[in-house]
Amino acid sequence: MGKSMQVLFALTATFACVSAFASGGGADFEKSEIDPGNINSLQRGARNFMNYCSGCHSAKYVRFNTIGKYLELSDKQLIDNLMFNAERTFETINVSMRSGDARKWFGTLPPDMSLMGRSKGADYIFNFLKGFYIDPDSPTGVDNHFLPGTSMPHVLWELQGYQNAIYASHEDAEGNVIREFAGMEPATAGLMSADEYDEFVRDTTNFLAYIAEPIRSERRKLGVWVMMYLIFFLIIASMLKNQIWKDVKK
Amino acid sequence: MSRIESEVGKPKGGLMKWIDDRFPFTETMKYHVTEYYASKNFNFWYVFGVLAFVVLIIQFLSGIFLTMNYKPSSAEAFASVEYIMRDVEWGWLIRYVHSTGASFFFIVVYLHMFRAMLYGSYKKPRELIWIIGMMIFFVLFAEAFAGYLLPWGQMSYWGAQVIISLFGAIPVVGDGIVEFIRGDYSISDITLNRFFAMHVIVLPLALIGLVFVHIVALHEVGSSNPDGIEIKKKKGSDGIPLDGVAFHPYHTSKDLVAIIIFLMLFCAVIFFAPEMGGYFLEHANFEPANLLATPEHIAPVWYFTPFYSILRAVPDKLWGAILMGGSVLLPMFLPWLDRSRVRSIRYRGWIYKSALTCFAISFIALGWLGTQPAEAVYVLAARFFGIIYFAFFLLMPYYTAIDKTKPVPDRVVYHG
Repeated sequence: MGKSMQVLFALTATFACVSAFASGGGADFEKSEIDPGNINSLQRGARNFMNYCSGCHSAKYVRFNTIGKYLELSDKQLIDNLMFNAERTFETINVSMRSGDARKWFGTLPPDMSLMGRSKGADYIFNFLKGFYIDPDSPTGVDNHFLPGTSMPHVLWELQGYQNAIYASHEDAEGNVIREFAGMEPATAGLMSADEYDEFVRDTTNFLAYIAEPIRSERRKLGVWVMMYLIFFLIIASMLKNQIWKDVKK
Repeated sequence: MSRIESEVGKPKGGLMKWIDDRFPFTETMKYHVTEYYASKNFNFWYVFGVLAFVVLIIQFLSGIFLTMNYKPSSAEAFASVEYIMRDVEWGWLIRYVHSTGASFFFIVVYLHMFRAMLYGSYKKPRELIWIIGMMIFFVLFAEAFAGYLLPWGQMSYWGAQVIISLFGAIPVVGDGIVEFIRGDYSISDITLNRFFAMHVIVLPLALIGLVFVHIVALHEVGSSNPDGIEIKKKKGSDGIPLDGVAFHPYHTSKDLVAIIIFLMLFCAVIFFAPEMGGYFLEHANFEPANLLATPEHIAPVWYFTPFYSILRAVPDKLWGAILMGGSVLLPMFLPWLDRSRVRSIRYRGWIYKSALTCFAISFIALGWLGTQPAEAVYVLAARFFGIIYFAFFLLMPYYTAIDKTKPVPDRVVYHG
C-alpha cells in the first residue's frame, strides 16, 4: 500500500492546486445560510415563490411533481397550494403573463428562475431580495444595490417595508471624495420584522437553490456509497497487485 | 528461439486455432499485452498514459448517451441539456461524468506530458511518439472547444465568439476564415450544428486513429523509464529484458490500482463538486446564450487559460494570436531543442532542473492569470511568466548543452 498511498498523496496535491484555483469570487454578499436539507424551509420557499414570484418569473424546466416528491407534498397538496395556473402535476412552472406585455411593462422579460441558484448563486438571490432601496429617479420608485438599474419593482415591499440606502463619504489619500455603501435603513415599516423577513427570503432562496439542481441531495447520498465501493475495490486491487508483483525483485 | 516464436509455432486446436489461422489474434495479444515488456520501476508519473485512455473511453460512453438526448439546435440545445439533467433517468450522472471527464482529460494529459519532460521520454528514438502525442493534444483542444459550445450557455457562446474571432487577426484571409468556421456572419444555429458534427464524429475519429498510432509507435520502440535507459540492452538468456516485466499481468494489475484511485478523485468531483467552484462548469453557462448581452468577464475553461493568458499579454491582436499559437506548438520541437546527453531528470544538472521548475511554475501561473480579469497587474504578470515559458523552450538548445550531467546506470534504480 506504501506506493499507492504515495500516488494518492501526489494526486491529492494536484487536486489541491485545482481547488485553490476554484476558490475565489465572493463579492460583499451577506451569507444566505440556507439549509438545503430542511424540508419545511423548502416547502415555505415553494409557497413564497408561487405566491410572490411566479406571476412574473417562470421556472420552465421545473415540474410540479418533481418538487412534490422531494418536498413530501401529495398531488392534492400541490394542486391546492402551489398550482395556480397549471392543471396537471407533470407540468412545468410557467407564467401566464404574455411576453409582449412584460416588455411593455418592464422593458424586459423577467428572467426564468430554474437555474438562478446556479448561475448567480444562493447568496446573490438572498442579498438581491434584501437589496431594494428607495430611488425617486427610478420608474418603479426603487433600485437594487446588487443589480443597479433593475427593472424589477420591490414586490415584497408589503412584507419588508421600504428602506433607504445609506452612503458614507470619505476622502482618500489624494483628496478625492469617495462614496461608499454603508448599509440600509428602514424608511417605512412592513408587516414583518427584519428577522422574519430574513427568514422569508432565506426560505425562498433555499427553494430557488433547490430547483436549480433538484438532484443535489440524492447525488451526494449516492456519492458516499460510490466512494465506499471504490475504497473496497481499491483494497482488493492492491492485494491483487501485491500478489502478482511478489516475485519481481527490486 | 524466442518465446514468441516457440508458442506461436505450437500446434493448437479448436476455436483459437481457427481464429489464428485467419487473424493474428494470439500473436497480437502477445506482442502488445502479455509479452510487451516495460520497465519494472515505473513510478507515479507513468500512470497517466493509461489514465488518459480510461478517460477517453469514459468520454466515448458518456458521450454516446448524451447524444441520444441532446438536440443540436440553438433553439433547443440549452433546454435539452436541462432535460438531461432533470428528466432523463440518470441523465444528470451521464452529463456530470462527461463534463468532469473533459477537465480530467486535460489534468491527466498535462501530467502525462510533464512526465515526458521530467524523464526525457520524447528523446531519440521516441520523437515520433511525442509528435503524435502533440497531435492528439491539438485534436483534444479542438474537441473540447467544439464540445463547450454545445450546451449553448452564455460562456459557450461568448467563449467561442472570442476564440473564433482570433482567426480574424490573420491578414487578408482572416475574415474569410472566420466566416468559414462559423458558416455564418455570427455564431448561430449553423455553427452549433457543425460544431456538433465535429465533436461527435470528425474529431473523435481522429482521436481514435491518433491514439492507435501513438500506441503502435510506443510498442515498436518500447516504453521509456524513470532512469531514461534502454531496458532492451540488457536481456536475460530467455530474451526478456532483465529490468522489464510483462504489461499483463504486471503493469495491468498496477494500473488497476491507479485507475481506482483516479476514479475516487473523479467520483468525488462528480458527486460532491460537479461545478468545481465554477472551474469545471462555469456559473455563467447556466444562463442560456444571449446574443445581446456580453458577460462582464469572459473566461475560457481552465485548461485553455495558460495559452489564453499569453494571448492577452500581447497588446497587438495578430501578434497575440501568433504567440499563443507558438506557445501551443513549441513543445512539439522538444526532441530537437533538448541537446542533453541524458534523458532523465535524475541524471541532469542543476540548470535543467531549475529551468523545468520555472517552466512548471510559469505554466500554472499563466493558467491562473487566464481566469482573472485582464487588469494591468495581471497582464504584467502574464508577460513575465510568458517570457519564462518561451525562454524555457527557445534557450533550451544552449542550457541543455552546457548543463553538467551525471553518469547513467546500466540497470534501473529504485527510489524510495
